[in-house]
Amino acid sequence: MFNEFFVPIDLCLLALIVVLAVAVVQARNLLAASMLMSIYSLLMAAIWKNMDSLDVSFTEAAVGAGVSTVLLIGSLVQVGLEEKPRKGVHPAGLAAVVLAGGALLYGTIDMPGFGDPASPANANPVSIGYIRQDVEKVPDVGGHYKDFKQHHDYFHEHVPNMITSVIVSYRGYDTMYETTVIFIAGVSMILMLRGRRKTT
Amino acid sequence: MSENLILRVASKYMVPFMLVFGLYIIFHGDLSPGGGFQGGVAIASGFIFYGMVYGKPAMQKILPRGVTDALIAIGVLMYAGTGFYCLLAGYRFLDYTAISPSDPAGGEAWGMTLVEYGVGITVSMVMVTCYNEITEGTLPEEASK
Repeated sequence: MFNEFFVPIDLCLLALIVVLAVAVVQARNLLAASMLMSIYSLLMAAIWKNMDSLDVSFTEAAVGAGVSTVLLIGSLVQVGLEEKPRKGVHPAGLAAVVLAGGALLYGTIDMPGFGDPASPANANPVSIGYIRQDVEKVPDVGGHYKDFKQHHDYFHEHVPNMITSVIVSYRGYDTMYETTVIFIAGVSMILMLRGRRKTT
Repeated sequence: MSENLILRVASKYMVPFMLVFGLYIIFHGDLSPGGGFQGGVAIASGFIFYGMVYGKPAMQKILPRGVTDALIAIGVLMYAGTGFYCLLAGYRFLDYTAISPSDPAGGEAWGMTLVEYGVGITVSMVMVTCYNEITEGTLPEEASK
């Protein structure tokens, strides 16, 4: 639910995030930049919480602010803490960034308001089905299933958390392969990094 | 790693709570926000925090590399195994009704919990592996060995 109370808090947090983003780019010391990134993620987690997306907030706080900072600092030990001195502003790069940013800002003008129940994403029959949890299962061709048709033709509202029911029930395949992707990432990390570095 | 007394004492009390909170997020994934991914990361951050304060060798004594490697695969197998169990029981792949046909709602809750645990185990162990491998050979107490 949209809460007016959070608007000034969100504005302050967003202003701080802009300041931090500039500070991360400007910081010469990479350790300081990693710590600023961590603070950035923590503030983002607070904003996600204000938008009632607690799942994203959890992930941002744990991965963004916690684990990834540790991994960044771990890598900094290998590559050194100081950034190479930079030359001045690259004009073509600056133009590209300004254009892309402007296009993105222009795109937000057409977006529906936050939490608008009449927005296309919320008014689509599929989303309504997911929210009411009465999405029909794929029509069955086998004989066995027909006996249970009355009870089992729909995903019923078994699980109070809508997000979990979408992730592991309606979209169970997707999540299985997402897990596989993480598995592959872990295995490749073991294959590429383990035992390759000499402990001096 | 750290000689700081406050850090050592505080971490001793914090780490169990971090691990239990991670398990809570996974276990209550079907009732409250969170799930396997979030809970897995919370568990991993508990282990990584322990590793940062007491040193990586101490963490690897509790959680050896062989165990993390095996658990990465076991998590995925738990997920896929739940799916194949449903398939072998005569239902569709990942149709949790198969777990208790007389009570589809209960079956769905059980299936989701199993699947979330699979996700959580894989995610947390991959995170711990990331920490182990990226910081390999960089920590002072390892270098001095």
